[in-house]
Amino acid sequence: MEKIDTSFFAKEREAELSVVGESVQRADARGHVTGRTQFYEDVTFPNTLHLKMVRSTRHHALIKGIDTEAAMKVPGVVRILTHKDVPNNWYTILKLIGVGPDDEPVLPEDRVLFMGEQICAVLAETPQAALEAARRVVVDYEDLPPVFDVEAAMTSTPFKKDGTNYFVYEGHNCRRIRFGDVEKGFAEADHVIEHRYESSPIEHAPTETTGCTAKPEGNGRITIYSNTQALYFTLDNMALILGVPFNKLRLVGGTVGGGFGGKVDVIVEPIAALGAMLTNRPVKYAYSRAEEMQVSSPRAAERIYIKDGVMKDGRIIARKITLYVDAGAYCRHSTYGTTKAAAHMPGPYTIPNVHVDAYCVYTNRTPSSAMRGFGVTIGDFALESQMDQIARFLDMDPMELRLLNAYRDGDMKAHRKKVDGAALVEVIQAAARQTGKQLAPRFAKMSSMTREG
Amino acid sequence: MKHSVVSLTINGAERQMLVAPGSTLIDVLRESQGLTGTRRGCEQGACGTCTVLVDGKTAMSCMLPVETIEGAHVETIEGLTPPQGLHPIQEAFLQGFATQCGFCTSGMIMVAAALLAKNPNPSREDVVRAISGNICRCTGYEAIIDAILDAAVRIRSAAHAEAA
Ligand code: FES
Ligand code: FES
Repeated sequence: MEKIDTSFFAKEREAELSVVGESVQRADARGHVTGRTQFYEDVTFPNTLHLKMVRSTRHHALIKGIDTEAAMKVPGVVRILTHKDVPNNWYTILKLIGVGPDDEPVLPEDRVLFMGEQICAVLAETPQAALEAARRVVVDYEDLPPVFDVEAAMTSTPFKKDGTNYFVYEGHNCRRIRFGDVEKGFAEADHVIEHRYESSPIEHAPTETTGCTAKPEGNGRITIYSNTQALYFTLDNMALILGVPFNKLRLVGGTVGGGFGGKVDVIVEPIAALGAMLTNRPVKYAYSRAEEMQVSSPRAAERIYIKDGVMKDGRIIARKITLYVDAGAYCRHSTYGTTKAAAHMPGPYTIPNVHVDAYCVYTNRTPSSAMRGFGVTIGDFALESQMDQIARFLDMDPMELRLLNAYRDGDMKAHRKKVDGAALVEVIQAAARQTGKQLAPRFAKMSSMTREG
Repeated sequence: MKHSVVSLTINGAERQMLVAPGSTLIDVLRESQGLTGTRRGCEQGACGTCTVLVDGKTAMSCMLPVETIEGAHVETIEGLTPPQGLHPIQEAFLQGFATQCGFCTSGMIMVAAALLAKNPNPSREDVVRAISGNICRCTGYEAIIDAILDAAVRIRSAAHAEAA
């Protein structure tokens, strides 16, 4: 590995970098190697109730009735929670930053929108009793046609409470970027190159499954031991859902047995806390491995069309992108992910004509949410695959094609922000050096700081 | 179904416990013995996170009905950790950045302990084979393999120093 080059951007650095480029021990590593690190599940309380969910066996259906009679007869069952028990049943995680409408029920009322959706929660003395009872709850469904394809969902009958099968961005059915005139660009281009890129949902599969234990305290508060990656998001959403002041809830956490974005949704905590409030006993709600794989939000599947107008010498003069993010049944973090995807287009290249439509679409699939660079990662896969396609088509070197189109300081980006502090040219040059590749002299001399070359 | 009494030697101490039918070793370790260093990852024998040593051999404690191992010697990460300082395998994991979230770490270290007890000078392939039942979702396996090889060196040189 080449040492980090601290001379670059020297004038923008105010302090010496003492950590970047160095190896620094994690503060918690000693606890990890001795097994002493305390994960949420390591804190246990006597008299704890175990919560197991009755989950939808349908992709899309009306709930005609829920029969809990047989379940309540299982020895050890204490209570079954339904939507009627939830003080404020409708929410959306990002309402804390002004995103709306509330599109997700904590527990569904009259319909389920994806297979595995939680319907009602069984509280019992042992996990076995809770599981057994959950199996005995009979849900009467009336199937509705599901939609699994993002483009089909855009035009099919709306199935969401608020009317559209897509998120509405400031009155538009997508996030949009308009810069220059792409149609004119395509007309002037030597070649028009169009491809479609697609990804599947990706599950984080953390080694520790999602879970929490909610414990009622003597002072009227509830303490929630959780492995959430988002303690404050969870706290505030819980307060809104449960209709209690924030200071009635205390979250203990921060130790996460693998998250990768998979533990930022607020799903298990509100129901466990509600169970604790209603029974005045500690309640533990932990996903089994199967639940983790099926119902925890994955990275969204995306479908991305890229159409480029390209000159013979490799300059891209127009880029049109139509991008679909499959949010699954509920919004969660996908509306934000879609905005990030739009913000990331058309990639780190200076292109005079850009047109982007980025749709956040609802389907009857498992709701997707955050995962390492969500909104950006799959977009990058599409953009950089497209760059390779262009290079191949023109029989150009892929690095040189990127250098030719790389944004540099002073360029205007499609979002109408001036580029400042670009380093793409230098990064590609360093990559060439490290892989022993000879760039043509014109590209070896290039710099992000000037438009020459 | 009735509870039964099971005796085990856990980390050198003899223990008798009342167990519910079908209880697994991990239930007993975590819930009645308070040994929470053994982690529960999948409860279906798929991830190796819950690995402990039973009579010196690795075992997935989530898959082992405790009634079937009456009288066995069980060793967990708590037993491996010396009262002061760290075991050489722990030292190697720490120095080698072989842990991130730490959830798989106990299982990895117990597998390493069993391997190095049997084979003090393992090849890289031996290590790969030994940890092939253990999943780590964070660190990647290279650092873990390197740490186990480094631990082998540490243990051999300590033994050498003692002999000299
Ligand atoms: S928890 Fe035992 S193998 Fe996964
Ligand atoms: S360190 Fe997180 S699973 Fe291995």
